[in-house]
Amino acid sequence: MSGLEFLIPLLAAAITAGTPILFAALGELITERAGITNLGVEGIMLVGAVAGFMAAVATGSPWLGLLAAMLAGGGMAFIHAILTITLRANQVVSGLSLVIFGTGLSGYLGKNYVGIPVPQSFTPVPLGPLADIPFLGPIFFKHDILVYLSFVLVIILFFYLYRTRPGLNLRALGENPAAVDALGLNVFALKYIYVVIGGMLSGIGGAYLSLAYAPSWLENMTAGRGWIAVALVIFALWNPVRAMLGAYLFGGIDSLGFRLQVVGVGISPFILDMLPYLFTVLVLVFVVARHKGRLTAPGALGLPYDREER
Amino acid sequence: MKEPLISLQGIVKKFPGVLANDHVNMELYPGEIHAVLGENGSGKSTLMSILAGLYRPDLGKIMVSGVEQKFRSPRDAIFYGIGMVHQHFKLVEPFSVAENITLGEKDSFLLSKEKLKTKIHELGEKYGLKINPDAKIWQLSVGEKQRVEIVRMLYRGSKVLVLDEPTAVLTPQEAQELFNNLRRLASANCAVVLITHKLNEVQEIADRVTVLRQGKVAGVLEKNQITAQEMVRLMVGREVALNYERKPSSAGRVVLDLEKVTALNDLGIPSLRECSLRVREGEIFGLAGVSGNGQRELAEVIAGLRRIESGKVSLDSQEISHRSPREIIDLGVSYVPEDRLGMGLVPQLNTMENLILKNYHQPEYSGRWLLKPKVIQKHAEVLVDQYQVKLASLHQPVKSLSGGNLQKLLLAREISGAPKLMVVIYPARGLDIGATEAVHKLLLELKSRKTAILLISEDLDEILKLADRVGVIFNGQLNGEFPIEQTNLEEVGLLMMGSRSVEERIDDNEPACL
Repeated sequence: MSGLEFLIPLLAAAITAGTPILFAALGELITERAGITNLGVEGIMLVGAVAGFMAAVATGSPWLGLLAAMLAGGGMAFIHAILTITLRANQVVSGLSLVIFGTGLSGYLGKNYVGIPVPQSFTPVPLGPLADIPFLGPIFFKHDILVYLSFVLVIILFFYLYRTRPGLNLRALGENPAAVDALGLNVFALKYIYVVIGGMLSGIGGAYLSLAYAPSWLENMTAGRGWIAVALVIFALWNPVRAMLGAYLFGGIDSLGFRLQVVGVGISPFILDMLPYLFTVLVLVFVVARHKGRLTAPGALGLPYDREER
Repeated sequence: MKEPLISLQGIVKKFPGVLANDHVNMELYPGEIHAVLGENGSGKSTLMSILAGLYRPDLGKIMVSGVEQKFRSPRDAIFYGIGMVHQHFKLVEPFSVAENITLGEKDSFLLSKEKLKTKIHELGEKYGLKINPDAKIWQLSVGEKQRVEIVRMLYRGSKVLVLDEPTAVLTPQEAQELFNNLRRLASANCAVVLITHKLNEVQEIADRVTVLRQGKVAGVLEKNQITAQEMVRLMVGREVALNYERKPSSAGRVVLDLEKVTALNDLGIPSLRECSLRVREGEIFGLAGVSGNGQRELAEVIAGLRRIESGKVSLDSQEISHRSPREIIDLGVSYVPEDRLGMGLVPQLNTMENLILKNYHQPEYSGRWLLKPKVIQKHAEVLVDQYQVKLASLHQPVKSLSGGNLQKLLLAREISGAPKLMVVIYPARGLDIGATEAVHKLLLELKSRKTAILLISEDLDEILKLADRVGVIFNGQLNGEFPIEQTNLEEVGLLMMGSRSVEERIDDNEPACL
């Protein structure tokens, strides 16, 4: 088989495999830009995946499934918001309990849905003439609509963060909420909004798994992708475009391992399955070491805000 | 008579157990610089928070240009033209000046940098406040950051500018520049409110002073009535010595000797660079400097809390460079850190426990396994009494004490060990006149008992009042030192900013950094 015949499907698969992580990473990125760490992404994705699947089965519409996933994800994040913003609970503890809660809840809700097919899933829609561009076309423009949505989302988010006034406020919120407060903006409302939006995006990431990537429901089907998304935000230095690159890198290695298994190289499948995660760790070490001591994370990330405190 | 821009009428604000403002009246006229003077707890911050929309008054009215207005949030205050420049700047460090200035505005969805820059430039021209809109905040000096805050408020159309202790972090030159700018603002018909407890500044710049004491207006002084004595009398309610009787130093042998010490800061960057310094028995060596020039690292090196890369630290001719903090304590070094409640005292522990933190292991206070509670309590009672620390109970966590009492408690512990050397950083930070006086008197008394004292402070007044010799630290090196009689404020200020023009004045007999 020629190199291109191997490479093009691999890169196309990298994008599909990276998309659920990209959605979740963008959600976490927004959340952290608002100064809140939400480690519950894994749990939120699971609840999003099961809620989306259930709604799609019940209504027959993947779009209503997607909506349900967003609501479920937003709801989970709202719990995190109440705990960390209003009650000023420790963000790490709250996030971790959200993972445990989400895992349990999704397993419980989904136990009658295992092995059921979904009436209609998101299927690839070649994007007109763009799909016919040699090399790039099959890699980027022969996907389902959610992948295109993620492309648009990255561009919008980048533009929002760096070119718009509300984006400036969002960045300031994570850096110095006291400044935002002193200028008359409502710090608490803003934080709530962004945490919930972040949860909605993580919910979409989960639904992508159960409605597009592998249309079905399996307990624990995220398999750690939520954690990868959290790590990716650091790798991305809180920049949506870098988050996209990271998600596709992870997706690429994921699909590479899968392909090597199919081709039958003499490496244990367990080792191959491990590759993307191992790779994530290595990349993180590299990034953190390179940017050591430089100001990259939002300055007030993880700190509860209290106006009365001086 | 002109109509006041803002008039506060009968403002009352209660907090649980405290009447923070008790029927306070104040009028702010266009074109005046109005100082609000008061000790800690006199209610000046509460009053300003009400004016800035952070608190709502329980009673009383805020009149803006003669019409009563309710301030529900900082947004309302900003809307009515009141701009607050907080003591701790509300700036976003990684952002540019322009981004900080436009932050929180609502006029357009997209950021238009060009329009913004033009307007910042215009304001800069009009009020003489020049700033580079593209510079990042973290690249700016403290004085420049303050200028950004002021421009931000003017940008939002503020007519009343409230500055909370604006000179606390400035060098004398920067303060002078600030005052010039404030005068220019006043002459452009703004009202400037200056919250401060520095009397000389009030005398220099204020047109009118409102003095608060225990939540009430103790008096309002017009320009021609402003004298230091009168202000202190109104503030404290009694006479306070503005200058201490200073006994000539009987400086004896060298107690602390730093030779070309180099040390890194927390980020691994050299922050002490071949710094040499000597402090003698029975003298107070005042080390001035803008914070962040190696002061904290210097103190930590002496206390054994920070490793030195090269050089030598000696105490009484005995090298202590690589000793542990406890060995150094046992040799008679005492360290009063800047951060009272973080490093100096343990907030959750009670007074007795805090007082034995450094000697709990000594047989006097501890048996083989157990502490001796009766001895410890007695010890605490004696110290609390002797140093006049006001507290509800010895068993209460110290975090509930006021700043002045915390500092007295800390000094009680450190002085009671009869140290040979005391390193003290900014001992009066955040203290009011009464508490400052008490703390300063303790230091002077300690000096008369032959202790060598290294006083590190950003407050030049404090250094000039207490020190026998003055040194200036800049960029990790001693940038000049002189005996107190030859010290001149302007020169110290220049040295604090790194000028080396007066090097020749450094006495050849004194060690100087290379």
